[in-house]
Amino acid sequence: MTDTLLSVRNLRVVYPGDDGDFHAVRDVSFTLGRERLGIVGESGSGKSTTGRAIMGLVAPPGRITADEMRLGDLDLTRMNEAGFRKLRGKRIAMVLQDPKYSLDPVMTVGDQIAETHRQHVNAGRKAARLAALEMLEAVQIRDPERVYGLYPHQVSGGMGQRVMIAMMLIAGPDILIADEPTSALDVTVQTQVLAIMDNLVRSRGMGLILVSHNLHLVSSFCDRVLVMYAGRVVETCAAGDLANARHPYTRGLLAALPELGHRRAELPQLQRDPAWLEGSL
Amino acid sequence: MIVLEHASVYYGAGSKRVAAVRDVSLRVAEGEAFGLVGESGSGKSTVLRAIAGLIPHAQGVVRLAGLDMGARRPTASRRMAQMVFQDPYGSLHPNQTVDQTLSMPIAIHKLGDADRRVPAALAEVGLGREHRFRYPHQLSGGQRQRVAIARALILQPRILLLDEPTSALDVSVQAEILNLLTRLRRELGLTMLMVSHDLAVIAHLCERIGVMSGGELLETTTADALAAGAVSHPYTQALLRSNQGFDASSITAA
Repeated sequence: MTDTLLSVRNLRVVYPGDDGDFHAVRDVSFTLGRERLGIVGESGSGKSTTGRAIMGLVAPPGRITADEMRLGDLDLTRMNEAGFRKLRGKRIAMVLQDPKYSLDPVMTVGDQIAETHRQHVNAGRKAARLAALEMLEAVQIRDPERVYGLYPHQVSGGMGQRVMIAMMLIAGPDILIADEPTSALDVTVQTQVLAIMDNLVRSRGMGLILVSHNLHLVSSFCDRVLVMYAGRVVETCAAGDLANARHPYTRGLLAALPELGHRRAELPQLQRDPAWLEGSL
Repeated sequence: MIVLEHASVYYGAGSKRVAAVRDVSLRVAEGEAFGLVGESGSGKSTVLRAIAGLIPHAQGVVRLAGLDMGARRPTASRRMAQMVFQDPYGSLHPNQTVDQTLSMPIAIHKLGDADRRVPAALAEVGLGREHRFRYPHQLSGGQRQRVAIARALILQPRILLLDEPTSALDVSVQAEILNLLTRLRRELGLTMLMVSHDLAVIAHLCERIGVMSGGELLETTTADALAAGAVSHPYTQALLRSNQGFDASSITAA
């Protein structure tokens, strides 16, 4: 926790529109150490855009500005596209929601992992293949040799997501951004994929940013949680303390969740306060 | 109200024959809410579709309100059970206004008086007159799901079949829709059969819950028993643990 991997100060993402600019992310600041940081919020809260901005993945006409965005010794605010290309995979990697869409459908999963390896490490075909097999084993795929030759449509969702994790970690990045990595999976598979990701991130001393709408998942998996609303961080707290959250938005969200063993005739509905848009922190 | 006996659904033929649902029987009393949980491919949605009459080759007996449903159902009996689907983006016609969507079932069932029925159905789900002539893309996700519920209610059904009605929605909107369903059930005396993968959502709305896996109904339990953790089947226990968030100790070697 002492060494900071990533520090972000006043990150803003703006999309120009017909009726003026749309501020998707507004003055978001946080630091990430060797820990698991969760970002929660509802659709449109800017949680995914924050993750994408760190990767330099906001396409024009969208604009990113920040007072500071620093990855180790690198200043990301001055980075151009070529710089980001070298960075992605090598220093920061991202796992998206659905492996069906993130994997190339006409290339075997093993070759895709090997390609990532060769992109970042000066290695021959054979060495890349071995590295990919090793990585498949690390994500607990039982028969790596067989799975290496499979196409994405031949693997299950849980296995596809493990392949994605293998591909993302093969170049040894410092930070993994996981954007709803398990939302497309069944609940019993979810825990398994999270556990694999957790083990690898811990053993490699990486930082993890988990972006999710699932409050239960984030509070039980992460160390620290940022709650976002309308592009702003409204609350930061230790994951274990989420139940005692102070901000009315976080409290409203928690109350609106149906709970096993605590049946209520009616769920309290979230009353949105326009003052939240101005940021009360 | 709903009786399903020895229902089976098979797809394909010969060696490729797959049993999507195998010998499932269940009963739901009038005014009761029954939930079906299970993972993708467990056959829960197929059961729902078989009851709705959307799978003509389903085997077994479906009886709704005491009437046997054959392979071909008369229009009048279809009116009795209406369905709400998961994604209102997919279930509402993008080129038709809310008014057109709601008028269609009235025309099919020759009920007439659309000008009175449409605003009444909208009011019932908490939408105003201003929403009547909008297209689906002009509505929010929660409003769209309200329209889908209004579409089902406009025929004044006695049974509402719900296929993951809130899983495409945000938490705060999910609460609104769940409250709406609770209120409609109380006011209209509806019988509900709901499918979901979320145990907490199912247990909120339904008294009795069936757990499905691999096309079979493993066990039938109550929401109270589920909350207390008093479930017998190992699969249900695993499902229950997974629903309580991430717990590394619950993982057996992958």
